[in-house]
Amino acid sequence: MPGRRSLILGLAFCLAGVPLIYRLLSPGEDSPQQAALAPGQAGAAAAALPATVSDSGPETQLLRIFNEIEANRLSDALQLTETLLRQYPNYRLAHLIKGDLLLARARPIESFGALSDAPADKVADLRAEAIVRLKAYRERPEDKFVPRYLLQMQPDQRFAVVVDTQRSRLYLYANDQANGGRPRFVADYYVTQGKLGADKYVEGDKKTPIGVYHVTANLPRQKLADLYGSGAFPINYPNEWDRQQGRGGSGIWLHGTPSNTFARPPRASDGCVVLTNQDLDAVAKNLQVGVTPVIISPSVEWLSLDDWAKERDELNATIDAWRRDWESRDTDRYLKHYSPRFKAGSQDLAAFAEQKRQVNASKEWIKVATDNLSVFRHPGKDEVVVVTFEQDYRSNNLNNRMKKRQYWQRENGKWKIIYEGSA
Amino acid sequence: MTIKSLVQPRFQQLKLLRAVTIGLAISFAAPAFADSLPEVQRLIKQGQYPQAMEKVDAYLSSRPKDAQGRFLKGLIYTEMNKPNEAIGVFTRLSEDYPELPEPYNNLAVLYAQQRQYDKARTALEMAIRTHPSYAIAYENLGDVYAKLASQAYDKALQLDNSNATTQNKLALIRDLITTSGKANVKPTAPAAAPAVATAPAPVKVAEAKPAAAPSASVVSTTPGAATPAAPAPVAAPAPVAKVVEAKPAAEPAPKADAASDEVGRAIQAWANAWERKDMKAYLGAYAADFRTPKGMSRKDWEAERTKRIAGKGGKISVEIEALQTTINGDSATAKFRQHYKAPGLSSSATKTVTLVKAGNRWLIKEENAR
Repeated sequence: MPGRRSLILGLAFCLAGVPLIYRLLSPGEDSPQQAALAPGQAGAAAAALPATVSDSGPETQLLRIFNEIEANRLSDALQLTETLLRQYPNYRLAHLIKGDLLLARARPIESFGALSDAPADKVADLRAEAIVRLKAYRERPEDKFVPRYLLQMQPDQRFAVVVDTQRSRLYLYANDQANGGRPRFVADYYVTQGKLGADKYVEGDKKTPIGVYHVTANLPRQKLADLYGSGAFPINYPNEWDRQQGRGGSGIWLHGTPSNTFARPPRASDGCVVLTNQDLDAVAKNLQVGVTPVIISPSVEWLSLDDWAKERDELNATIDAWRRDWESRDTDRYLKHYSPRFKAGSQDLAAFAEQKRQVNASKEWIKVATDNLSVFRHPGKDEVVVVTFEQDYRSNNLNNRMKKRQYWQRENGKWKIIYEGSA
Repeated sequence: MTIKSLVQPRFQQLKLLRAVTIGLAISFAAPAFADSLPEVQRLIKQGQYPQAMEKVDAYLSSRPKDAQGRFLKGLIYTEMNKPNEAIGVFTRLSEDYPELPEPYNNLAVLYAQQRQYDKARTALEMAIRTHPSYAIAYENLGDVYAKLASQAYDKALQLDNSNATTQNKLALIRDLITTSGKANVKPTAPAAAPAVATAPAPVKVAEAKPAAAPSASVVSTTPGAATPAAPAPVAAPAPVAKVVEAKPAAEPAPKADAASDEVGRAIQAWANAWERKDMKAYLGAYAADFRTPKGMSRKDWEAERTKRIAGKGGKISVEIEALQTTINGDSATAKFRQHYKAPGLSSSATKTVTLVKAGNRWLIKEENAR
């Protein structure tokens, strides 16, 4: 697929090995503590390393810590870890690293979570968190690439949320009106997904749904159990498209983290997308109930801005052709935009076509406007886009305004409507 | 030192320093008081803490800055289980004499006792900064690091150690009292130390022991000592051979057969070789597959031991006390208290040594200090 590109390919996995194995963690030849703490070194190091604090989460500091470990500067690594813990006292990953660094002063250690008898699942969780965080930090989205899904945002959608479940990452994009509504990267955050991964299908499958959603409510902390942390934003899973595909379950939220931990493992929720409390608070400032799109993908696809513009223009032209063909009152031309598989509720294409013919027969003129249009590509292998707009329909005998949502799918190279309904 | 499991840490006790050895000779007592501090030390050894306190206060009234006197005062508070007072004394001492490692070390012991391991660590790091070659502080610091690591792991992995920790904490406190109790009785030995192999001294010690009532009662509460219901402690500091003889006399199950006799002799021979700095005999006491500490190579370990034993100036004394042996076929476990003394360093630790029988000899396979 031309222009389609995954960021992963461009960036080597050079880092993945670091959190798994501390190759060099061993006390020196002589007394362990002497090696780890040469006389006066503790004091000197304290002066040398400023306790820098990043407001973008712990990734910067984690990276520095692992770099120090790799260079076998364990005292510096420990000091940085303690600084990190002062900032996030409940940060389990940092506690584990601290334990390792302290234990390394007593004996050589080979692995992450070197405590013997450590519960393997919990160590694996923390290791997974370290890896995804560092990877995401090293592979931040480039300026010239945008998530493919954000083809066109409504003018009133100030921000969009894109979640990459495999990378345990939430990307916040702004709707850059000054630049023709192009998505502008704002920030990215570590997230937790369902215990059993993504692509939710039934109630209780402990998976996070894949699709195009939006925030439907803002539940303040006071109304929530501690599990949800500093707030919660339900999304509209299952949406009309999910239901049509037989997907079930409910109660998928973006929410915060319980008070006893700074972060949860990459896979830990029952399907919700979980952020740390500070990250949720940061994201929450930009969420508009009923408006802000939340697109969840197993693996975000990135487009260059050129390819993104091309795809967007193509779809806008297609949607406009549909609008004009409706206005033409040539029902056959109009119906060519619909897929044979079209379904709206219980109505199939034949029923839909007959109804349209009847209605159009009574029309002398039709005017259709599509205001506040948004076009979001649906994540996944099928080429599906979700189109939402305020439809202003006028005719000689009827005027009607409604919010409409359509799902378009590319069939044999042509975009066809496979679902249509009020939104 | 190998730490098998930090989830159930084997608490190694931090070594409390009982004498200020470095530098304090400078603060010479005036002749009139010359006998005052040894008297205090004697009273401490006998467990007569209020009397010791009285003496040391009298001594300090005329020389309030005296480091040795204040150090002993801190020690008395420690023995009297008044950790906060002891911490106060040692803290001020370390402020007035920042170059002395001992007050820092003992502060660390007290902090560790209160599970304030971060403070203990800071204190020990100060001790090491003032004296980079200070072995006891390093040893203690290793233990404190292990504790801190254990705490960090608990937080990282949400290990529910609340019960275990409480128990361990109690055990630690008892251990410390036990240590001090025993060590108080013990220092009679230094005078007689060279004569480990000869009999007379131990008798005296054995007599002294019941007098030091508190220590005896505490010993019985020590988990390790309580369970085997072994009569061993009675014969405490006597040479090993004596212990073995004493055992049958002390009745119940004289499982003490020839084998435990042999093991006892092997341990004693090992300690003697150490004292003589006879490296050939000392290293020869270890099995070929001896588990070297920290997994270091046998060669490195031998080099290190040689450096630390043969390379040490002055006299080394190694005393074995309260030996208990368990024989299991061709393998044996010997548990004892080891009192080590060398210029500038003295320590007491509980050792557990695993031995294996090779031919007609018992060789050390593993050695752990707690």
